[in-house]
Amino acid sequence: MTPQVWPSRPHLVPAGAVVGSVHSFDISTGVDGPGTRFVAFLAGCPLRCRFCHSPDTWYQRSGRAMTVDDLVTEIRRYERFIKVAGGGVTLSGGEPLQQARFTAAVLRRCRELGLHTALDTSGFLGDRATPELLDATDLVLLDIKSWDPATYRRVTRTGTVAPTLRFARRLAERGTPIWIRFVLVPGLTDDPANVAGVADFVATLPTVQRVEVLPFHRLGAHKYRELGLPFACADTEPPTPELLDRVRAQFTDRGLLAL
Amino acid sequence: MAQQHSPAARSEQRPTARPDPWRGFHGDAWRDTVDVAAFVRDNVTPYHGDARFLAGPTARTTQLWDRLRDLFIAERERGIYDVDPHTPATITSHAPGWIDRDHELIVGLQTDAPLRRAIMPNGGLRMVENGLAAYGFELDPQVRRVFTAYRKTHNAGVFDAYPADVLAARRSHIVTGLPDAYGRGRIIGDYRRVALYGVDRLVAERQAIKASLDDRPCSEDVIRDREELAEQIRALGELKEMAAGYGCDISAPAATGREAVQWLYFAYLAATKEQNGAAMSLGRTSTFIDVYLDRDLAEGRLTESAAQELIDDFVIKLRIIRFLRTPEYDELFSGDPTWVTEAIGGVGTDGRPLVTRTSFRYLQTLYNLGPAPEPNLTVLWSADLPTGFKRFCAQVSLDTSAIQYENDDLIRPVYSDDTAIACCVSAMRVGKDMQYFGARANLAKALLYAINGGRDEISGEQVAPATPPVTDDVLDYDTVLAAFDRTLDWLARTYVRALNVIHYMHDKYAYERLEMALHDHPVHRFLATGIAGLSVAVDSLSAIRHAQVKVLRDDTGLVTDYTVDGDYPAFGNNDDRADAIAVDLVQRFMDKVRAQPTYRGAEPSLSVLTITSNVVYGKHTGNTPDGRRAGEPFAPGANPMNGRDTHGLVAAALSVAKLPYASARDGISLTTTVTPDGLGRTRDEQVDNLVGVLDGYADAGGFHLNVNVLDRATLEDAMAHPERYPQLTIRVSGYAVNFVRLTREQQRDVISRTFHGRL
Repeated sequence: MTPQVWPSRPHLVPAGAVVGSVHSFDISTGVDGPGTRFVAFLAGCPLRCRFCHSPDTWYQRSGRAMTVDDLVTEIRRYERFIKVAGGGVTLSGGEPLQQARFTAAVLRRCRELGLHTALDTSGFLGDRATPELLDATDLVLLDIKSWDPATYRRVTRTGTVAPTLRFARRLAERGTPIWIRFVLVPGLTDDPANVAGVADFVATLPTVQRVEVLPFHRLGAHKYRELGLPFACADTEPPTPELLDRVRAQFTDRGLLAL
Repeated sequence: MAQQHSPAARSEQRPTARPDPWRGFHGDAWRDTVDVAAFVRDNVTPYHGDARFLAGPTARTTQLWDRLRDLFIAERERGIYDVDPHTPATITSHAPGWIDRDHELIVGLQTDAPLRRAIMPNGGLRMVENGLAAYGFELDPQVRRVFTAYRKTHNAGVFDAYPADVLAARRSHIVTGLPDAYGRGRIIGDYRRVALYGVDRLVAERQAIKASLDDRPCSEDVIRDREELAEQIRALGELKEMAAGYGCDISAPAATGREAVQWLYFAYLAATKEQNGAAMSLGRTSTFIDVYLDRDLAEGRLTESAAQELIDDFVIKLRIIRFLRTPEYDELFSGDPTWVTEAIGGVGTDGRPLVTRTSFRYLQTLYNLGPAPEPNLTVLWSADLPTGFKRFCAQVSLDTSAIQYENDDLIRPVYSDDTAIACCVSAMRVGKDMQYFGARANLAKALLYAINGGRDEISGEQVAPATPPVTDDVLDYDTVLAAFDRTLDWLARTYVRALNVIHYMHDKYAYERLEMALHDHPVHRFLATGIAGLSVAVDSLSAIRHAQVKVLRDDTGLVTDYTVDGDYPAFGNNDDRADAIAVDLVQRFMDKVRAQPTYRGAEPSLSVLTITSNVVYGKHTGNTPDGRRAGEPFAPGANPMNGRDTHGLVAAALSVAKLPYASARDGISLTTTVTPDGLGRTRDEQVDNLVGVLDGYADAGGFHLNVNVLDRATLEDAMAHPERYPQLTIRVSGYAVNFVRLTREQQRDVISRTFHGRL
């Protein structure tokens, strides 16, 4: 027995409705964007990052089919709280741009409700973000996995960094605020040259407001066990405070606000 | 010390050296009648700034506190530091005592030495004897003789009069925690009256009230009122005598800030000298005291550091209030709680915040003396509180986890703006309301009784009247709900019958003379019932309705276990399918309580609060249809069951916020634990975000929120190395405890509770 995660009842999807695959949602504070936010985790991601803490969101089929209305109805249950507390809505994943139509529609509806909107993405599928989608996005949380091409490939197993850089420049040109995220994994992403590459690039983007250096953790390990998947970083230790300081300093040295 | 004026001094004949106590005060309404609320309204200076004005501890404060810290270590090792097993405590039973006579600003101890506990057999002799025995002391045989041969106790009276159904319900733990063996507590004297008016004025007021009853018929009620008033007057006399023992004449009003704190503390101290109440709350004192400190600052009598020092010294005294209780009591309630609850902040009915510099100073004691569970600092939160105060509260939560929040915007429209909190979440108008405290009924167990036709699922005993048990193999929602409704009728009736007996006897044998002297006459009485196991009962009903729940019976036909096939919506996910069941249960039980006749016409109320007895309640409750295993702890208060709130703190909070305050006027408790980085990445962000969450919860109609900001690793380390965490304080349910004083079982329960952090 497990208590049910999904409040919505089974229902017929209206013809023509945009349907997304949503893994789960929660309401969190100060984690995925400013303030208290409704964070929807969309199912499906093209990358297979070795350190990923949510392998349960890799496959689009593992999510639950929801129409835009379904998700917005859920969001509206928190609309007043979010407005009083300060915060907004973040579409995360998985990779929300894998379901760009759905993502765009949800963001637009949130914007219409007067809620601050954020898109949490690796940028790997940034080309799929239409101008309309970006018009409805107040903030992009852009996860740059690595700079060095070989490292990027090693980290993500399936991706390359070029699309992310292209997307980042596009955001900067259109004036979209960006929070850069960099997951620091000892022995994987911590090479000074790799970090320097990211930092040098980020420093050229005028709309970057902050860089969040996220220390690797193993809290997702149990999910790999449950899914029967190998966890490539099972034996990797979280970064030491010294290493975190060094990497943050590489960003702050370039005039960036690194947290 | 300004208090060393002649005991002969009277307000009308003060020595010239003594300043006019009411100089510079505004307003008239409070001068002719005893009305502290009016005094506060007329004289409050709201403070809209931030915390930068605050002062740290003086060397004297730190020295005094360090002296006690050494005693705390011995107390923790031995269970209690010391006790006087010879002297039943009264207001004047013990000689004056000091921590460090030459270095105390605010004086007065419960007995003649710090941390030396007193015995208070009026509540019950067995509690005293067991409490003493547990720590290797023996009751003075003379005292035993007096309280067996000559003087009856509250406890003895209750058991003389309990009906059989109450005894059976008590034995099977469907109703527990009843204050039938010790002081009921939860009565807050308006201790401020002593500072504002002096004792003589209060005696005169009582005498006038008593005289006003002279012409009334000598009915039972009037005779009782007259006797109680006589006792109140006597207690006020003893209060004066006790203060005189410390060289203070408190017959006249306090004339300075230091006197105001001292007078007020003497009144509170006297209450704790003769009542071992389950909760001995302080009231709403900070803004009252502020009027005096503000005047002293303006007159140049005090500096900020000296003003803070007075508050620090006062709080040191409040931190060492002790009662002799049994280890079983401590197991139920965790640690050694006294619930010296102080309500801080809030907004006036005129829209002005009741936040003053002294509101900040009270909170500052958590820095100057380090975190501590007592006094139980309770912030009355409102959307309209000044930003500087909101941010300081959030900062204190982040740093100490030692304060709780209650929704002033819910409380004020019902109780007006001079309301304090008794114990954990019970709002009452200071000096106008009292309550007959009544522990709680176990709703989860009641559901099992409904299914089993009134038999206990553990003992098999027929506890509730025999009704047809549910015979289905797969439980049907409507059938179970109808049976549950009948069981709740019985439970409400039995429960209120128990409370009526308890409070009749407590009034008779352990009357709170001094506390009641500091209330208006006639006083408004609440009969405060409570429920435990709400989320277990709700999830069980939700499982029965939305999943398939099959029963397993033993060979006597008793249902002892359940299997749940399928998913069900659980309470704590902002899902109306489950939350509506919770709302219905609260209203349903309150309606049944309302239908019962109550002792002295008390107005029934209800709390959804377990303190920490959720662990013990769970221990005595069998397998439940939600999948919870027998013996597993319930969630505390109105909390969702551990791990079933899968959408985070806000979703859980919004479920709890739906519970109707109108049906739970005695309070609804929610305890949360967040990790620091579950609130934001920078300190400023964490403060802002916590303020936002508190605003959002209050706006949603949430009543109470305990906020712990802790890492799981810290708690685990504290379990392994308690000596390193002597002051680690956590909020458990309406109050706070020293984590290292919890039992291992309670510590594990706290750690297993949902931590809301980032993943």
